[in-house]
Amino acid sequence: MATVIDIPSEKAIEVNNFSFTYAGASSPNLKNISMPIAKNAVTALIGPSGCGKTTLLRSFNRMHDLYPGNRYDGKIVFEGRNIVESKEDLINLRIKIGMIFQKPTAFPMSIFDNIAYGMRLQGLKNKTELADRVEKALRDAAIWDEVKERLRHDANGLSGGQQQRLCIARAIAVEPDVLLFDEPTSALDPISTRGIEKLVMELRDRVTIIIVTHNMQQAARVSDYTGFMYLGELIELNKTDEMFVTPAEKLTQEYISGKFG
Amino acid sequence: MTAIEKRLLVNKIVLGLSSLSALIGIGFLFWILYVLVANGIDAINWNIFVFEGAPPGYEESGLRQALIGQLLLVGVATVVGVPLGILAGTYLSEYGQKSKLAEIIRDISDIMMSAPSIVIGSFVYAIIVLPMGHFSGWAGVVALAIIMIPIILRTTDDMLQLVPSTLREAAFALGAPKYKVIMQVVYRGAKAGVLTGVLLGIARVSGETAPLLFTSFNDNFLNYDLNEPMASLTVTMFNYATSPYEEWQKMGWAAAFILSMFILSLNILGRLILLKKKGR
Repeated sequence: MATVIDIPSEKAIEVNNFSFTYAGASSPNLKNISMPIAKNAVTALIGPSGCGKTTLLRSFNRMHDLYPGNRYDGKIVFEGRNIVESKEDLINLRIKIGMIFQKPTAFPMSIFDNIAYGMRLQGLKNKTELADRVEKALRDAAIWDEVKERLRHDANGLSGGQQQRLCIARAIAVEPDVLLFDEPTSALDPISTRGIEKLVMELRDRVTIIIVTHNMQQAARVSDYTGFMYLGELIELNKTDEMFVTPAEKLTQEYISGKFG
Repeated sequence: MTAIEKRLLVNKIVLGLSSLSALIGIGFLFWILYVLVANGIDAINWNIFVFEGAPPGYEESGLRQALIGQLLLVGVATVVGVPLGILAGTYLSEYGQKSKLAEIIRDISDIMMSAPSIVIGSFVYAIIVLPMGHFSGWAGVVALAIIMIPIILRTTDDMLQLVPSTLREAAFALGAPKYKVIMQVVYRGAKAGVLTGVLLGIARVSGETAPLLFTSFNDNFLNYDLNEPMASLTVTMFNYATSPYEEWQKMGWAAAFILSMFILSLNILGRLILLKKKGR
């Protein structure tokens, strides 16, 4: 019943009959989701609150494993492996699939140490290389000019929008293949939001991006593909241009025209 | 009288009563401090810091053995109690979380915090002093550490839980293993709070007398050996203050003054750290 288009280009991830159950829930919170994620493109996930879009997003880097009792069923295939199997090396997975959270999550350390954190975790110790890669990450996240004079200052002294770009810089510094954005602009003002959106569009040439958003205009602006979710199911995955003009499903049509949500 | 006038009157009465109660409370605090300072300052002199205890009548009499004994007892108790308290608090907040075991440990530690310290002293007397056959500094250290652990455990637990879970998730999302998330991100975020808990824990045990009375006991001479009985400011103060000799009573005041100032500064320092953290 769901309309899921095929993607002509290369796929980074394939979700196959995937279900997810939170600890203590009697029935699955995500039901039989199947969808491809296009490589080096932006896929947006939209839908009303509680539809499961963030739950799906947090399955891609197994964030649910931090809390006991959650269950994955079915497949999420990345690099030829089903990454929701228990034998998956989560540290390695999370290095390849980075995440940006709803609220900025600057660590209580200097701006430099924040960006260097992921690289140091991977054992990079060479100071010159570290400094070079920190600068590159900050430049790529369009925040270098604002922080280059105060790299040793506490990152919590930055504004919300700056902190969010810092988090993006921190995530891209380890050169992930996939970046997950969980409503990255919902805590930001319009100007900072525009900055983050611009960044997402710049990054898509080299990173696969999945972005959960509450804001349909945002999905329309930044994404190549959009998935509409409702009550734990994927209703439609379509090219963003088509989804917002001629959606295939009636439910999608009703949601994007504001009949509910 | 109209309804509004009545309400305003009731308001004034309640305001007056509560202000008065607050003033009485704080009044006693300042009274205590005043009596301490008035009697203590007078009793403080150089001799106190350079001489050991002596019979009444001797000019060269001081509190050196008690000052050093106090620092040793509290210092070693801190070295023993703080790591245990912080690690146990870390277990509760990061590993045990809401599990049954963790909740039981929290309840027990709350009970321990309100346990009379003399009971802890008698416990240590039974398990250390009796088997050893004599009082010792170690027994005092163990008693103080036991009192300190639940305080530090609970503040560590509370302070680590205040670190937003999104911060942990962000570190995990970069591929950090759990122990690194705790050591590099969670501890850093809770640093000021945990340090305050440690200072308050030290302040709390610094004033303990009862658990030392029959563990480390007392010694009139300077002693660095924790296997021997050891003087402390609190027990010395108790002995001197209850003695019939005026010089000794004066020395008791001096001990009370030094001890109070030490504890007061620990408390103020603890609060300053928290304040600075909030102001940032």
